[in-house]
Amino acid sequence: MQILYTLGRSLLNSVRDLLPVVLVVVFFQLAVLQQPLPNLLQLTGGMLLVVLGLTFFVNGLQMGLFPVGESLAHALARKGSLFWLIVFAFALGFGTTVAEPALIAVAGEAAAIAADAGVIEHSEHAQLVYADGLRLTVAFSVGFAIVLGVVRILKGWPMHWMISGGYVIVVIITAFAPREIIGIAYDSGGVTTSTITVPLVAALGVGLASSISGRNPMVDGFGLIAFASLTPMIFVMIYGMLIQ
Amino acid sequence: MTWWNDLLQTFLDTLGDLLPIVVMVLVFQFLVIRRPMAHPGRVFMGFVYVLLGLTLFLVGLEEALFPLGRVMATQLTHAEFIYRAGQGVIPAVHWPDYIWVYVFAFAIGFSTTIAEPALLAVALKAHQVSGGAIGTWGLRIAVALGVAVGIALGTFRIVTGLPIHYFIIVGYIVVVIQTWFAPRMIIPLAYDSGGVTTSTVTVPLVTALGLGLAESVPGRNVLIDGFGLIAFASLFPIMSVMAYAQLSALRVGRRKQEN
Repeated sequence: MQILYTLGRSLLNSVRDLLPVVLVVVFFQLAVLQQPLPNLLQLTGGMLLVVLGLTFFVNGLQMGLFPVGESLAHALARKGSLFWLIVFAFALGFGTTVAEPALIAVAGEAAAIAADAGVIEHSEHAQLVYADGLRLTVAFSVGFAIVLGVVRILKGWPMHWMISGGYVIVVIITAFAPREIIGIAYDSGGVTTSTITVPLVAALGVGLASSISGRNPMVDGFGLIAFASLTPMIFVMIYGMLIQ
Repeated sequence: MTWWNDLLQTFLDTLGDLLPIVVMVLVFQFLVIRRPMAHPGRVFMGFVYVLLGLTLFLVGLEEALFPLGRVMATQLTHAEFIYRAGQGVIPAVHWPDYIWVYVFAFAIGFSTTIAEPALLAVALKAHQVSGGAIGTWGLRIAVALGVAVGIALGTFRIVTGLPIHYFIIVGYIVVVIQTWFAPRMIIPLAYDSGGVTTSTVTVPLVTALGLGLAESVPGRNVLIDGFGLIAFASLFPIMSVMAYAQLSALRVGRRKQEN
């Protein structure tokens, strides 16, 4: 009975989360574009899948990703080994980013743009090398970002100084980076953090901050994702400058 | 048949996303920490749920919402819709003509952000960590408003053809100024919400909108003007979340004064 109740409630929550999108699409289709809704059956079926999927995902978070992230953070903090903590942070950032499908797509696109702009040779091999270089750059910068974020939690460095500094660096490098790379660099900050990585990284930060005395999980635990979206911009623009 | 192929492909893609994490967790658990995991069965089921949930979620979006949303984005940005049929020559770009595009950008930015699973995860965590002080809905609505304003402004930029870095640099300056006045506790969370807004739901629809718009507005280049909406969508939530915290702090302060 209890399980059914919980399931029903989380299903209802998912419906509520999804309702705005449905309303917007239906409104624009009927009222603004004044066209009928195509293929109503497929639409309803798809929405059912989305609602089910969101429900499973949220429950899976609470059962799997959140506790694992936190317990690993606790265990590594208790172990007291800075080395392993940093290795874990880097591996987490690098490993989850390097195979990210969105990143592979963006890197391929960027290589095509670079070839058109005459930055690299117009051959398949040159484009492949360029795309792989870009992918490794972004993955490395996300690994670096998580390490930086973990060190920040350990030391209790204030977030706003680091982020403001990061933005100043982005603005300065933008002035010197080749034009073609800027758009890609800015977008690469957004594609790095997938839906699976975000909860794990959030749990890692919060778990770490709550197992170190003197750290407040609210003030110190968040911010890892922010670093992971900031550093790729800097590193990708540097990559663009080096290639040129 | 294609339906099943989609499902299988999405399942494999999601598995590819999840596997590196599982491998790493196992390696660290058994080689570095060297202690058995607590509740291994429950955790395993949790990972299965995440895999299953994300797969169904993505397939459902691809089946139902994305095709319609993409068609809608192209139709709304199409010259025929904007200048109505019959006007032979397209006049010079006049930005108020695109009013429905801005409204659509705002509405779709807001509603897709509410449905974004990564944001939901961060909101759940923030709610738990803040001891309930940060409501999951308050945070999500603040982020969604930021994305909505950002994307609407981004489409306005594509229509007018103003250079993107003006907006981004002014945005950064506003963020830096706000950072000095916002309550310290919210700052890391605000910066994080800039990063989580742009994942599974928002990106495909917003990219279609940007590309459609850059294609149909005369004088715009798809490569230069079509992208960049994502950058707007990650910048503005930082401002709106800090503003939300400032407003709540202000309200609490006023209530204290009254008492």
